[in-house]
Amino acid sequence: MSFNYMPYMRDDTLPHMWCPGCGIGIVVKSMIRAFDELNWDTHDIAVVSGIGCTSRAPGYLNANTLHTTHGRALAFATGIKMHRSDKHVVVISGDGDASAIGGNHLIHAARRNIDITLIVNNNYIYGMTGGQYSPTTPLGTKASTAPYGNLEPPFDLAKLAVGAGASFVARGTVANGRQLTMFIKQGFAHKGFSFVEVVSNCHTQFGRRNKMADPMNMVKWIGDRAKPLKKFETMGPEEQAKYFPVGVLHEDTGRPEYTEKYQQLIAGLRESA
Amino acid sequence: MSETKTREAKRGLDVKFWAGNQVVAQAAVAAGCNFFGGYPITPSSEIAQEMARLLPTVGGHFIQMEDELGAMAAVIGASLAGAKSMTATSGPGFSLKLENLGFGYMVEAPCVVVNVMRGGPSTGLPTHPAQADLMQARWGTHGDHPTIAIAPSFHQETYMETIRAFNLAEQFRMPVILLLDEVLGHLSEGVVPPKPGTFEIVDRVRFKGDPEKYTPYDVSEGDVPPFLGYFDGARWHTTGLNHDATGFPTTDPDLIEGEMERFYRKVLDNRSVIDKVEYFQGEDVEIGVVSFGSTARAAMVAIKQAREKGIKAGMLRPVTVWPFPKAQTYEFGRKCKALVVPEFNMGQMVYEVERAVHYDRPVKRVNKVGGVPITPAEILAAIEEVA
Repeated sequence: MSFNYMPYMRDDTLPHMWCPGCGIGIVVKSMIRAFDELNWDTHDIAVVSGIGCTSRAPGYLNANTLHTTHGRALAFATGIKMHRSDKHVVVISGDGDASAIGGNHLIHAARRNIDITLIVNNNYIYGMTGGQYSPTTPLGTKASTAPYGNLEPPFDLAKLAVGAGASFVARGTVANGRQLTMFIKQGFAHKGFSFVEVVSNCHTQFGRRNKMADPMNMVKWIGDRAKPLKKFETMGPEEQAKYFPVGVLHEDTGRPEYTEKYQQLIAGLRESA
Repeated sequence: MSETKTREAKRGLDVKFWAGNQVVAQAAVAAGCNFFGGYPITPSSEIAQEMARLLPTVGGHFIQMEDELGAMAAVIGASLAGAKSMTATSGPGFSLKLENLGFGYMVEAPCVVVNVMRGGPSTGLPTHPAQADLMQARWGTHGDHPTIAIAPSFHQETYMETIRAFNLAEQFRMPVILLLDEVLGHLSEGVVPPKPGTFEIVDRVRFKGDPEKYTPYDVSEGDVPPFLGYFDGARWHTTGLNHDATGFPTTDPDLIEGEMERFYRKVLDNRSVIDKVEYFQGEDVEIGVVSFGSTARAAMVAIKQAREKGIKAGMLRPVTVWPFPKAQTYEFGRKCKALVVPEFNMGQMVYEVERAVHYDRPVKRVNKVGGVPITPAEILAAIEEVA
């Protein structure tokens, strides 16, 4: 029997607002499958987002959901997680939301190692606002605000998260949903700040400007450039430049989690009082 | 040494000698605040410091966020998860908080935002006082929304008004702004904290039905929608987009207009509990002073001196500054032949005063910027000029 997503979704908010063939659907499906595999009760899950196409995802999920301001989802989520550290808090964000306007919250949530999972749908573009270049738009590719090709070098989001102190970092793609589900599930199960980058397709805004107007062309372009980490590591620098690694890129289970430390502080003060 | 005991101490009262910022923190905890998200900024930082010390001792949570925007966001997130939450900042930080403050109005998240005002614009005068964010408190965030803002003048009042700020936030499910200034924040004076149980604590009205049937903005019972926190059984949604009763986005003009009118009704139909004005020599008055916050303290001295000189001066002091006490100012203004409005800015509250008296009385402005508070002598001179 095929997997039934509907128990995790709000059927009254469908149909969704994404373009046909949008990669966000695969991300949401992978999230739902991960919830299901972990037996998480949606009553115990908060899904928080900022602004952008990806940030519309919480509206379709039957959980405690919050659609906030541009870039601030992690900060709202931090308040929720601090007050209810016994619950699951997940943030879903786009590349612009998470790494441009929200970049500060990303690095500090990672540094703090607060038990929140951040899933970034990285489709290289600001989709909702009309295809402007984002911090992850590849050098030389076209965007509505880069009509002659993007002059800015992009972020490697996963490396950024590792550098900022995230204790779990994985990268998957919409070209491999099964694998993506596995990474998201591992991220959810990880205690501490977990970061899952999903290389995704926005054929409407990125693809059309870069000769990949058909969703499958863009998904194939993504899939062809994804190499498993082990394989990627065997490559020389010139070859590596043509690909990006997928897999669990970083995992540290030894770092203390922030809200747990705070609860210990409260307990310690109670004891000494 | 009994000689050094204050009158209050002799009467067995527990007198604290606290700076205003400490008063706010202590009162917040007394009011039930259990979450604080902050970011360091002069002259408000002592509030964060005191909350960092106090909150974990009462099982609450303090977090120093990475920026002012994040602090406001965390405070609203915690509020939606059920916390009584607060943040504190000063001018530049308040500017940064404004977008998310608007989000707080939109999703109807109770919280308290303290602005210990300093000179501005921009970085301005970090260590010097001003009262120049009065209009910003009302109109700072984009879009229409009503505002509740409170500006106490004395530490005892600051204690009680901080509690009232939480109560109003809870009662009407909206952010409430507490305006102090550097003078009040850093001045130390005696406070007698009331004993727990001797003052009212209001909690947001909770939804009592089946959580699975919860509609987050159902206002069939009144203008303030009953609350259920995240994880309390109802899997509900909200957004900064205009939304309908379900919390999901809508572009229906009638629904949007209805919600906006309800936001305004929450405040304007409940002015009997929101409004607060104090009078000083407010009877038999010919020269009326209207002043708020720390400047009102200087005005009181000036009024005493004017009375000694035979001028019948008196003061109306808005404690709730937003919504502005228009009707009270009108009544007060009618009794006066002229009004004097001292405020520590280039003239902000004076616009409200002029409108309140229908531009029908001479209004003398006393304005000052530059970081040195308005003196009683400056106010007295203005009183004498119009007397």
